[in-house]
Amino acid sequence: MISKFIYILPIAFISFLSCAQDKNPVNTNHDYEVVVSDLSSPWGFVFLPDDSMLINEKDGRMIHFKDGKKTTIEDVPEVYNRGQGGLLDIALHPNYKENGWIYITYVSSEGEGDGGHTALMRAKFRDNKLIEKQLLYKATPNTTKGQHFGSRIVFDTSGHLFFTIGERGERDVNPQDITRDGGKVYRLNDDGTIPEDNPFVNEPDAKKAIYTYGNRNIQGMVLHPTTGEVWTHEHGPRGGDEINIVKKGANYGWPVISYGINYIGTKFTDKTAQEGMEQPLHYWDPSIAPSGMAFISSDKYPGWKGDLLVGSLKFEYVDKVVLKDGKVVKEERLLDGLGRVRTINESPDGYIYVGIENLGIVKLLPKK
Amino acid sequence: MYPLLILLISLLSCDDSNNKQNPELKKSIERGAIVYEDFCMQCHLPDGKGVPKAFPPLDNSDYLKNKRSASIKAIKFGLSGKIIVNGETYNAAMAPQGLSNEEVADVMNYITNSWSNKNSKMITVEEVSKIQP
Repeated sequence: MISKFIYILPIAFISFLSCAQDKNPVNTNHDYEVVVSDLSSPWGFVFLPDDSMLINEKDGRMIHFKDGKKTTIEDVPEVYNRGQGGLLDIALHPNYKENGWIYITYVSSEGEGDGGHTALMRAKFRDNKLIEKQLLYKATPNTTKGQHFGSRIVFDTSGHLFFTIGERGERDVNPQDITRDGGKVYRLNDDGTIPEDNPFVNEPDAKKAIYTYGNRNIQGMVLHPTTGEVWTHEHGPRGGDEINIVKKGANYGWPVISYGINYIGTKFTDKTAQEGMEQPLHYWDPSIAPSGMAFISSDKYPGWKGDLLVGSLKFEYVDKVVLKDGKVVKEERLLDGLGRVRTINESPDGYIYVGIENLGIVKLLPKK
Repeated sequence: MYPLLILLISLLSCDDSNNKQNPELKKSIERGAIVYEDFCMQCHLPDGKGVPKAFPPLDNSDYLKNKRSASIKAIKFGLSGKIIVNGETYNAAMAPQGLSNEEVADVMNYITNSWSNKNSKMITVEEVSKIQP
């Protein structure tokens, strides 16, 4: 009896110490085809009305993909390509067909100090160039830190622009302080001005563009297709990645509350909840390192309508999340093992496209 | 009595006497630790053991030990394609991190002198600057 225990204890201890395993089952009931090949880090992409695509590569290149051919776009702003930062998301104005505005987030060195911080720009795409460039937001201060830039861009149904900036590796300085950039969701009008009903417009010294705070690093944001809510996920520390729904003025608690621990295994907080701070809709333990987010709103994939898709950088799959009554009830792996999933978009014709590092853009297909 | 003690101590500490004798290396390693935490640790992990099949180990890595220039080049310019580390094949890519030559030298000095790794031949900024893509 005793000898058995002697065996079991160290094994239990070792398995406890070793990397937690992701147990989501593999779903093979789908196919895929590679639509755009040979991309290194397709951070964001959009579909233009002529069915061509604009693709942001993290290293600073913007690519126009048309009729199977890639062209590098000129006059893209200079990008501070360091660590996790570079050329990030891209989105079209809801009335793109009329006004031609394209929005991008990227890391810029503009302003004082070494390093860079996340910026939001709008521009138009003409003759293979970006023209009429307008810098709408530039976070400060610049820093040479290599992590947590965000960033995703989403327009809501009333035409407001939401974008995210990560806490830039300053966990104890930025996320809980609304007078500082980083660790926030921001909301602007489409021309970069501050909406009058933003939550902190009357707070002295606050960054008036802030819409939520206490976030860590949001690399997935999408509009819910039926409720119109803005959904996000964020990279937590080890074991603390989260899904949240954006609520005006809300504090998501980082780093005061968290379900995660430091990468090196030490704790930084004992709290998972506190009054005045939001609970996540879901958290992942082990962390999947989420990037890219889309809902399946079309009927292209039988039985999957309404499911949420989240990319996993760490375990290299698309997490198909089944929701019921506001809770995650099931998760399955799609495109398992193809590579680090960076971006997910539903195209105007209802198909899901997935940007995968060192592979390209892949179209998800229902099984024939 | 005193000289003997000193002799004994210096004998005992002979393993890392190089680090002690070279304050420049020591400082570089200290700076490199910060670079490592900022840019490398998420994948290669705090213990330098990496993740099987995905991210190669740095601790006790034959690649890092024997391929000094290739290792510097990988940190400086990124790495893609197949590499073999301790008999295991890795095929994931590592993006260039945008580090300065000094930061590459510092983090090289850190990883080659951390965990069970030892390297008394300091990597200099000059050495890094000569490595071409």
